[in-house]
Amino acid sequence: MSGTFVGMPVFPTAARAALGDTQLRHNLAHATGVIRAKRAKLVDEVEAAHAAGAPGGWEDLRLAGAAVKQRALDDLAGQLELLEESLTKAGAVVHWARDAAEANAIVARVAKSHGADEVVKVKSMVTQEIGLNEALEAEGIAAWETDLAELIVQLADDLPSHILVPAIHRNRAEVREIFLRRMKDVGRPAPADLTDEPKVLAAAAREHLREKFLRAKVGVSGANFAVAETGTLVVVESEGNGRMCLTLPEVLVSVVGIEKVVPTFAELDPLLRLLPRSSTGERMNPYTSTWSGVTPGDGPQEVHVVLLDNGRTNALADQVGRQALRCIRCSACLNVCPVYERAGGHAYGSVYPGPIGAILNPLLKGTGEKQTDSLPYASSLCGACFEACPVRIDIPEVLVHLRTKVVDGHRGDFPPKAEAVAMKGAAWAFSDASRLGLVEKASGLSGRVLGRLSKSAFPGGRPTAGRLAGPAVAWTGARDLPAPPAESFRQWWARTDGGTRPDSTATPSSTTTEGETR
Amino acid sequence: MSAAREAVLGRVRSALADVTPTPEPVVPPITSALSAAPEGHVLDVFVERVEDYKAVVEQVDAEGLAAHLATLFEPGQRVVVPAGLPAELAAAVPVAVTEDDGPLTAAELDAVDAVVTLAAVGVAETGTIVLDHSAGQGRRALSLVPDRHVCVVRADQVVADVPEAVARLAGAVSAGAPLTWISGPSATSDIELDRVEGVHGPRTLHVLLVAADTVGPVS
Ligand code: SF4
Repeated sequence: MSGTFVGMPVFPTAARAALGDTQLRHNLAHATGVIRAKRAKLVDEVEAAHAAGAPGGWEDLRLAGAAVKQRALDDLAGQLELLEESLTKAGAVVHWARDAAEANAIVARVAKSHGADEVVKVKSMVTQEIGLNEALEAEGIAAWETDLAELIVQLADDLPSHILVPAIHRNRAEVREIFLRRMKDVGRPAPADLTDEPKVLAAAAREHLREKFLRAKVGVSGANFAVAETGTLVVVESEGNGRMCLTLPEVLVSVVGIEKVVPTFAELDPLLRLLPRSSTGERMNPYTSTWSGVTPGDGPQEVHVVLLDNGRTNALADQVGRQALRCIRCSACLNVCPVYERAGGHAYGSVYPGPIGAILNPLLKGTGEKQTDSLPYASSLCGACFEACPVRIDIPEVLVHLRTKVVDGHRGDFPPKAEAVAMKGAAWAFSDASRLGLVEKASGLSGRVLGRLSKSAFPGGRPTAGRLAGPAVAWTGARDLPAPPAESFRQWWARTDGGTRPDSTATPSSTTTEGETR
Repeated sequence: MSAAREAVLGRVRSALADVTPTPEPVVPPITSALSAAPEGHVLDVFVERVEDYKAVVEQVDAEGLAAHLATLFEPGQRVVVPAGLPAELAAAVPVAVTEDDGPLTAAELDAVDAVVTLAAVGVAETGTIVLDHSAGQGRRALSLVPDRHVCVVRADQVVADVPEAVARLAGAVSAGAPLTWISGPSATSDIELDRVEGVHGPRTLHVLLVAADTVGPVS
């Protein structure tokens, strides 16, 4: 039913097309700006509480969140065995899937065993990753997306463009038009007098989907977290469509990436505090559901959990890249990324767009394929993604590491293809000098200054700026400013004329003025 | 044991050959100033934060609770009362719909006007109420399908922040109970980030904060 990303052009080509779409650029700039501001306000609120006497601040919370996920990953085999045992004890049926095809086959088999020709779905990145809807459709089973944005995307036969707000590229007039044109083909039609008020559009979605919720026999979900100790799955959402899918059907199948494990229920705590603030910019999302297998007399009485690899063990084997598996899919890194804001999600050619997509896709799929190989170059290495990430994934570090892998994979090519791809990406991303200048200002200080002040290191060895005197004190105190590279991209760009001049000078130009303290 | 299971676990083990696990659980930091605040202040913030989500919050005396509850409904409205809800509360709604004669279907639930439940925990910092679906709170569908949810929270159930809530709920989760964390009515910001309250879950959330600890489930 919905389109796929198969055959997407490499990032620079797709990005250039997206840049021509002014509606998309406008919507994205608005959306990322709004969410960014909301998140910043809540981070400041936590910091203010810290200043007023609360023992921990935002950085302590990030450290705890990162530590919980890292602890689970470091002992992943043991945690997965424990999760399987707890789930089984709680009445769930646990399946294992090496890849997308195996996972899809399991879901289809469960649906068929109940004679279901349709399933209702909670928004889930992982089921998009494995192309579950298309696989079920091929088996004659309709998969109804029930999240409002996913519904819009599905009805428009479109692709999601943002982890959190997948229809961010559509405005209200377009949504109205899609509802009027398509709802009648798949269920209850949109009312004829539908306006483009978001409230009216949401009400139309409520009516349209309610009949599907009430009759659905099989629900399909992902999970934000899976607690090994108690066999508890967690779904974090806003609209209540998740609760509907998790509660009303007789049968529930949850597809869970193996990296979703959290060791203990108590350790969910920092993640439940970090995720909504980083994601939607709320203190708490409207609904969080947790369930442990089958609850007698309450909700689905047949519960399946599919534990999925699909490349995650590739990522795990990469010593630098494995930290990407800590990702809790909050999308904060998308909202701060200057490249994402201008190119939009589709340019990444994957369900995982933005900075996290630029590292996760190559880590899951491996390098060597043209489209995937172009992704690590879709970045300025400005560091904003790392700073925003609630589980402290050092995305720039992984990007640089993956670029090396891509280049290594192309040794012997002439002309060097990977570099050519990189340069095209850079030429596109940094054509607007003033925009990039702002980003570099936002990151505050040049690496040359910070390099001298550096006195501590992140886990993983990355130098940090430590705490700075003057107006930057509050900022670095809260955020553990990563030291940018000694020569900023713009400096390098100016010096080498966009990489066309030979990279002869080893010392950075001293004439640029960006990178002063703000 | 399936071949897929052995393969996945095998790959995980070999990927992590260089890693030593950390056996001790992470102890997360307290980040709310409320964790050390007096109870009265915690309750004030709870009320303020629940209201932030455009939910209705009222503070009521235990003695006046049933009478107040009765004023919240139009005559003839059908209200689901879960098993274990105190009898005087069940008696206060215009037409009580129960599951005494077996579970209601989803369609039957869709045809009622409201539901009244108790809660397990209230979280002040985030304006959240948590149901563990024990007596008086009903199975999950009861507080989901009806369009209006009236939730009775006792003052002694309100904690400062998520760490305290997780600590209180750990026992229920270990015993296999599902949880529903509710922060305001259902909402979406999917269309141009314009927040709309009320999508699939109850479009109205009405919280009654009861000053004393006398309202409990009937088992
Ligand atoms: S990488 Fe970090 S910031 Fe980006 S989506 Fe994942 S958790 Fe969020």
